[in-house]
Amino acid sequence: MADFTTEFWNLFVIVGVLVSILACGVFLYFLSRKKINPGAVQTTGHTWDEDLAEFDNPLPRWWMILFYLTIVFALLYLALFPGLGNSQGSLGWSSKDQYEREIAKADARYGPIYAKFAAMSVEDTAQQPEAMAIGQRLFVNNCAQCHGTDARGAKGFPNLADNDWTWGGSGDAIKTAVLEGRQGIMPPMAAAVGSPADVENVAHYVLSLSGSAHDSIKASLGSTKFAACAACHGANGDGGPAMGAPRLNDKIWVYGGTAKAIVETINNGRHGVMPAWKDILGEEKSHLVAAYVYSLTAKPKAVASSQ
Amino acid sequence: MPEPSTPPVVEQTVLLYAPGKKIYAKATRGWFNNWRWFFVFITQAVYYLTPWLSWNDRQAVLFDLEARRFYIFDLLLVPQDFIYLTALLLLSAFGLFLFTAVAGRLFCGYACPQTVYTEIFMQIERWIEGDRHVRMRRDKELSLLARLPRRGLKLFVWVLVALWTGFTFAGYFTPIHELGQGVLSASLGFWQWFWMLFYSFFTLLQAGFMREQVCKYMCPYARFQSAMFDPDTLIVSYDESRGEPRGKRSRAEDHTASGKGDCIDCGVCVEVCPTGIDIRDGLQYECIGCGLCADACNQIMDRMHYPQGLVRYTTLNALDGVVQEADIRRRFLRPRVLIYTSILLVISAVVFTSLLNRSPLTVNVIRDRGALAREVEGQFIENVYRLQITNKSHEAKRLIIEGNGLPELESSGKTRLTVDPSANVTAIVDLRIPISIAESLDKGSHKILLQVRSEDDPDLVINEKAAFFVPR
Repeated sequence: MADFTTEFWNLFVIVGVLVSILACGVFLYFLSRKKINPGAVQTTGHTWDEDLAEFDNPLPRWWMILFYLTIVFALLYLALFPGLGNSQGSLGWSSKDQYEREIAKADARYGPIYAKFAAMSVEDTAQQPEAMAIGQRLFVNNCAQCHGTDARGAKGFPNLADNDWTWGGSGDAIKTAVLEGRQGIMPPMAAAVGSPADVENVAHYVLSLSGSAHDSIKASLGSTKFAACAACHGANGDGGPAMGAPRLNDKIWVYGGTAKAIVETINNGRHGVMPAWKDILGEEKSHLVAAYVYSLTAKPKAVASSQ
Repeated sequence: MPEPSTPPVVEQTVLLYAPGKKIYAKATRGWFNNWRWFFVFITQAVYYLTPWLSWNDRQAVLFDLEARRFYIFDLLLVPQDFIYLTALLLLSAFGLFLFTAVAGRLFCGYACPQTVYTEIFMQIERWIEGDRHVRMRRDKELSLLARLPRRGLKLFVWVLVALWTGFTFAGYFTPIHELGQGVLSASLGFWQWFWMLFYSFFTLLQAGFMREQVCKYMCPYARFQSAMFDPDTLIVSYDESRGEPRGKRSRAEDHTASGKGDCIDCGVCVEVCPTGIDIRDGLQYECIGCGLCADACNQIMDRMHYPQGLVRYTTLNALDGVVQEADIRRRFLRPRVLIYTSILLVISAVVFTSLLNRSPLTVNVIRDRGALAREVEGQFIENVYRLQITNKSHEAKRLIIEGNGLPELESSGKTRLTVDPSANVTAIVDLRIPISIAESLDKGSHKILLQVRSEDDPDLVINEKAAFFVPR
């Protein structure tokens, strides 16, 4: 692959490099000789402060030999490695090749470790201490920015260490989430629900489903309007894992569990994004991370109800 | 304008890079020579023997670069202790300035590895090839082939010493017993061989062949000595007022009557000089201050029944008569020396106290920034912290982590843990305050302290500053 658009620049570089190197040799040869008057004290010719002068004593010959050796080295180097214009050098080295060789070496060294765990199921991998150590490091480097170092989430980012799984909590469901990502989309439902007062009532009804503090009058008024929500979230707010509709009858809230937050959700909808890690982490690392996340919540499944 | 009667000057073309003059340094005996060899033995005893010492089932002095742990007897240093290396460099620098200001190039003449190894290699050369006049005669009279056996033997011994030196050097970084077994069973990796041979090669090159060229052309010490000396610095000097005019004389002659100085112009001071200079020309940058010329001259003075000290340690002020010889020592207490001494004492005291009071634990706190703060079940505001704890002692430590600094601050997560010696542990800790308290605080960052304390030792407490973030 040519680095230059025209042949002219190729030649320009080659000529420039070779002339410079050879010029160094030429200068060295001519500047290492000097005409002197024998017997006179050799100074550099400058005086400072009236009478301060500097001797011009010869330098050791091995310095000059080293200079010539550097010229030889430079020419040898350019013959072997890229440097003279488009030439690849006789060793054919390129930084892209070096990168690919390093990747291959890393794969050969670490590949078997990952392969060992990739062959197991997510649930079994979660039992392996070595896998969990790798998984924790991967988690802290990639997932903790959103989900927190302790995996307990933040506003907009689910708590991965609880038992509540919007899309399903099996090992494979978690692994799919990591590999393919998730789009947590709630469309704005205000129009379907009715007036702002209706939205407020529905919000209180939703709070009543989990036994949280709510206004009972508003909740009873909102119960009829809940039909608009039940289509996705289930009749009792049990959730709809198939489309990623969260369980509404527990005290776990990704966007906030106050009446104000729920009203906002109904009015404006939500769009949570879990990125797809397949191309970034790859299959094997995603498997380990999924297993780690699974291990954080591998408690016996109790039906939701809260603390 | 040249006058018509002077003959024209014939110019010559000379090479600005001249081949070096070969130096055949002659052996000498005396006080300074004894000190020189004393330092050779002391420094090399420490260098060669230290890697073989054990401490608590491991090598006493080991710089484990791969695991990033430096062991010096009981002391374990981790990368966070890099400041001690800076302190060591400061101590070395000021120590150097101090004793150079007092007595010149003591380091060069007695303690520098270049001078020490050159001494050793030169002595081996004298044993095998003979002293100065023998070597000069052989070089002039014998053919290369005839000189080869002795030279080969000398080279062989040099290579052995160099290899042992390189092996010892590598033994500071890889446990030397393992290294030894690796060499014998040929099971060492490429890099271990590389570094041993690299160091051996350069020992051979510098001490065997380069010798004084290092001091003259490579080392900066010679060039900035003029910044560290002053007219009260003790330097090896030729007493011109006593020695001049120099000249040969018979033993029985009364030289003062015939107007001659004490210097008999024997040239012994030049013959013994390892850098090949004539000290009678005065202070020169090549002079490494080894004092061998003083030893040689003193021997001659003894034989001539003159007082010793024609070449001796004295100061420029004393030679110029500004200061009396007897007062030289008093001049040691001049400002330059006193200031260097105070700085050195202060830095030493600081380093020493710091090392004594060093905590066996290093604690680093990294708070979550992606998930700054979270609301937990409508009841708490929570922040997440990651602590890295390194144990720099020799016993395992059982630790408790707790947050302090805000009302009703609770800690959960990995708050109890054990750290093994020279290991480090990551602990993920959540700190939370009730929402009611959070609402009464200012929004934003609050300073708190994360405390790590030992269960077994109530005195071992570390408080690290951190911040607690209250959102909205």
